[in-house]
Amino acid sequence: MSVVTNTTTIGAIEAPSRRNTELLMLAFAVAIPVFAYANVGLAKDGSLPAGMLGYGIGLSLLAGVAHLMMRKFAKYADPLMLPIATLLNGLGLVLIWRLDQEPSLGKAMAPNQLMWSTVGVALFLGVLLVLKDHRVLQRYTYISMVVALVLLILPMFFPGVNGAKIWITIPGVGSLQPGEFAKIIIAIFFAGYLMVKRDALALASRRFMGMYLPRGRDLGPILAIWALSLMILIFETDLGTSLLFFGLFVIMLYVATERTSWVVFGLTLSAAGAVGVAAFATHVQSRVNDWLNPLATKCVNGECGLVTETAQAMFSFGSGGLFGSGLGQGYSRFIGGIAPKSDYILATVGEELGLTGLMAIILLYGLLIERGIRTALAARDPFGKLLAIGLSGAFALQVFVVAGGVTGLIPLTGMTMPFLAQGGSSVIANWALVAILLRISDTARRPAPAPAPSPDAEMTQVVRT
Amino acid sequence: MSELTLTVMRLGFLAVLWLFVIVAVQVIRSDLFGTRVTQRGSRRGNAPDTRAPQQNTGGGRQQAAPPPQQQRQRRGAPTKLVVSEGSLTGTTVALQGQTITLGRAHDSTIVLDDDYASSRHARIYPDRDGNWIVEDLGSTNGTYLDRNRLTTPQPIPLGAPIRIGKTVIELRK
Repeated sequence: MSVVTNTTTIGAIEAPSRRNTELLMLAFAVAIPVFAYANVGLAKDGSLPAGMLGYGIGLSLLAGVAHLMMRKFAKYADPLMLPIATLLNGLGLVLIWRLDQEPSLGKAMAPNQLMWSTVGVALFLGVLLVLKDHRVLQRYTYISMVVALVLLILPMFFPGVNGAKIWITIPGVGSLQPGEFAKIIIAIFFAGYLMVKRDALALASRRFMGMYLPRGRDLGPILAIWALSLMILIFETDLGTSLLFFGLFVIMLYVATERTSWVVFGLTLSAAGAVGVAAFATHVQSRVNDWLNPLATKCVNGECGLVTETAQAMFSFGSGGLFGSGLGQGYSRFIGGIAPKSDYILATVGEELGLTGLMAIILLYGLLIERGIRTALAARDPFGKLLAIGLSGAFALQVFVVAGGVTGLIPLTGMTMPFLAQGGSSVIANWALVAILLRISDTARRPAPAPAPSPDAEMTQVVRT
Repeated sequence: MSELTLTVMRLGFLAVLWLFVIVAVQVIRSDLFGTRVTQRGSRRGNAPDTRAPQQNTGGGRQQAAPPPQQQRQRRGAPTKLVVSEGSLTGTTVALQGQTITLGRAHDSTIVLDDDYASSRHARIYPDRDGNWIVEDLGSTNGTYLDRNRLTTPQPIPLGAPIRIGKTVIELRK
């Protein structure tokens, strides 16, 4: 009894490419950091900073070139990811430049960071150019596993920095954080592996207490990844990296199999592992102690009465209040210790932009992650879906681990805020990550080619008999 | 720098930052509701040229046809088809130059749930001058226009009842 009432017509979808929207958003995303830059200069010296023009031009050039390449090579990709990444990168540059103005915080890092951002955007363009179709990556499933393992294991053989061994030092070139690249490569491996194995993992299970228990032999991979992430925790003493890899695996396993039991298993295993390792490794132990008793004083190099960095970060959030002290008018120089420009850059945001600004920044990360997950939903092939989920999941976990660590929700770990924090590897790797996501989203949103006219589509004649 | 300027800049920066977030959310929103749905004016007979009306051909295959030759419809031309009796009473179909098929077949424009209707019972289509014609498609129980059983395609006067089994339809302005 269905009736076609032609009261509404869905207009022909002409598949908007949304590139103009992206251009507008990009202009906005370049303007905000320039504004911030002027703001810092006015607050510190009472005059517009000298490098403002050059800095603004540099950022617009990067954004402009990226945009033009997007028009050419990823026409239908998501319109928001590039502007948000540009904005976060630009704000990071301003914040680092602002911290450079404090002589007590060491040498200037902003020029370096601008250089690394350029390299990052170059890699972004390279990925867009070379990777015409993300499904090509599927061929390298097991190679990427090996590469990721090598990248993860390599830092063990290099001396640790500030207690965490997550660096590779190449004499004459500088140091590299391979974990940042490994997270992309391992997401490719997980996506390829789970795409093939997900049916076995999802269907072959017994029901027990309302939960699907996987078979013993299917537990193999999750146990192997768990063991690997524990090894990272023990030998590299870095909670962040190990949490990132294990968490990424559990997320992708859950998305691939739709079984809650994997999440339960994952959380149990990671909790057990973290508690177990924290009992032995002194570096992890001290981090946990700082987290549990942030206001305790400690002694470093014979100098006693020092407050923990966690407490310092909390004080800066507190003094920021709702609206912050204003850019360039905070006291970030008092966040002493190791990493005000990288790990603790969020504390500067919290102090100078206040809760309002911090929320905006976190929301920007949230929007970027949302676009990634939207891409996964829109992708038509299972590999692309899993890869997009994996990449945005890794990004989300990283943001959570850092933001949680700085705000005192979880023990602090040695990861960097993507795009915002100072650190070459992080910026480069995250630009590559965004490029892969954009490639998947371009494939997903590209309109299907018009079907070839088939003889069946001709009007059928009614033949009277 | 005066305190006031700095305060204005501080709050202004936060405002701009949030503005970016809001604009981004607006972009997402337009992305979600990107498909344009146009209401077909059932009061106005002339369809805008941009529309691609669905054409229901004799075989029932629905396909997007190129925009029909837009003829100025004369004043007083019917704009909708109304079912005035039968189980589908109250149903209207806007007339936009498409062929309307009636019958029990599932791909008909109006699917009749009527024991006295054939699967492909009748069709209503505009001729070259824009007059609406009703044609019986060799049904078992026949199509009646104003009590006369159809033998040949006939133009439909405005408001004349077309009876198919228990269903009566008519064209209205």
